[in-house]
Amino acid sequence: MMQILLRFLIGGVVVSLFAIIGDLLKPKSFAGLFGAAPSVALATIGLTAAKEGAAYAGVEARSMIGGAIAFFVYASFVSWIMMRYKVKALWTTLGMIPVWLGAAFGLWYVWLK
Amino acid sequence: MRQIQVNPATLRQTRWQDFAVRFAAGGFITAATGIIAKIFGPVVGGLFLAFPAIFPASATLIEKNELLKKRKKGVKGTDRARQLASIDAAGAAMGSIGLLLFAVVVCRFIPKHSAWLVLVGATVLWLAVSVLIWYLRKRIRL
Repeated sequence: MMQILLRFLIGGVVVSLFAIIGDLLKPKSFAGLFGAAPSVALATIGLTAAKEGAAYAGVEARSMIGGAIAFFVYASFVSWIMMRYKVKALWTTLGMIPVWLGAAFGLWYVWLK
Repeated sequence: MRQIQVNPATLRQTRWQDFAVRFAAGGFITAATGIIAKIFGPVVGGLFLAFPAIFPASATLIEKNELLKKRKKGVKGTDRARQLASIDAAGAAMGSIGLLLFAVVVCRFIPKHSAWLVLVGATVLWLAVSVLIWYLRKRIRL
């Protein structure tokens, strides 16, 4: 339980820091880079390596490659939809989460499994 | 090409609830990644290290702040707000290529080197590659 709480707090702080950096920057295309910052990875891989060992962290990082490809597909879809259709950012970004899940688990199935 | 600027005024527009939502989303997905890895193993858990944890909250905030700005000027601004959120998403797509390289470096080097050193190096690489792609895209468009 303590481990989960620790991850929650560290994750919240690291993710918020990258989000604030993104808020501060202009133009928005540049600020957007920080939307894909490795915040969750930074918050969690150090802890994982310390607790489960470096090999375990390496396996997680290998899968993260698939997650990052899925992120690229997801963000490209979100950008395209919002540029062409009159859909609110909240509905587009949340509604496209299945695209990330589909791409990530598709890669897991054909490559990582 | 438009120059990179730091605009502290954006932070004054942001309400504490917006910070809280992003803190909670970041904390939740970080904790959830650990739990998923525990239950389903590191191969599945690792996918979530690149989950778009705060992206929906950030894009929504950009849209909302732009709408407020335009409405203060008496303009509707819905299309412009959505366009800005779309541009932010395009930036995130570019950043995700850097994120991919971050993962490659961590995967390759963490088993035999200091974890903290590898994470710092991979983060520097993520930033450098992301900024380079952003810069090249701007140059090519000109």
